[in-house]
Amino acid sequence: MEITELDKKIVRAMQDEMPLVAEPFKLIAEEIDSTEDEVLARLKLMQEAGALRKMGAVLKHREVGFAANALCVWVVPEERMDEVADIMCRHMAVTHCYDRNVTPDWPYNFYTMIHGSSREDCEAIAEQLAQETGVTRRTMLYTGKEWKKTSMSYFV
Amino acid sequence: MQDTLELTELDKRLLNLLQGSLRLVPRPFRMIGDELGMTEEQVLVRLQALKEAGYIRKIGAFFNSDALGYRGTLVALKVKPELMEETALFINQFPGITHNYQREGEYNLWFTLITPNERLRQDILAQIKALSGVEAMMDLSARKKYKINVQFRLK
Repeated sequence: MEITELDKKIVRAMQDEMPLVAEPFKLIAEEIDSTEDEVLARLKLMQEAGALRKMGAVLKHREVGFAANALCVWVVPEERMDEVADIMCRHMAVTHCYDRNVTPDWPYNFYTMIHGSSREDCEAIAEQLAQETGVTRRTMLYTGKEWKKTSMSYFV
Repeated sequence: MQDTLELTELDKRLLNLLQGSLRLVPRPFRMIGDELGMTEEQVLVRLQALKEAGYIRKIGAFFNSDALGYRGTLVALKVKPELMEETALFINQFPGITHNYQREGEYNLWFTLITPNERLRQDILAQIKALSGVEAMMDLSARKKYKINVQFRLK
């Protein structure tokens, strides 16, 4: 879809926290000199087009009991990529699945973010994924210090 | 974060529902309340409390960078351990860097970069690659995104 000037205003007004009020879209519309109907209509279009990926909450995973997380990277044969991705994506504990470039130094082409209550939990999930897909070559990159974690600010 | 607020059964149902989706309707919190047998006001008050207690990272809209004309990538660095902090802080300064995490392994610092054009992307990556703490850099662009869905089912 083509992103209009109004869409950009909506994105700018909505990319941070949504106001916790009864009529949030009305408040946002007022901020950008639009109407609630128009804002909702454009957001629905963006949602259908995939430009708005999610409306809702993201929790702080550590605080809600998912203390361990690992970027688990795999070597998946190219011809099995879609099939393997399909199996891995079905798991709730796997929040991200990406096919990425390799480098001469780095053969891993499939990336999964795994969240668990402990390291053992993450290992068990990875092992289960390996069993279900038959992909055996993997490495677990556990998250250490988080130097930065923010949402992107678009059109600023 | 305060540790004083324990999640109740109702909180968990509320957060599970809200992670799934908030409807694009004039009064979205009333709809959430209807499903849970809560009033709109109760939902809003409770969400405010859960936010203040540190359980919620963000309630709102999550956009897809590709669809907005941006390009994202994941970059892995081998950083000399003694220069980790200054390297990480230098990287943090760019607004397009949204995640910057230390990880175990030979490649020990991993960041995501979202940029509106190729020139800016190249410029930022060149500056980072030139840092004295950086021994190697890999630009691991995505070829295909199969899933992005951060939801934690609370039981």
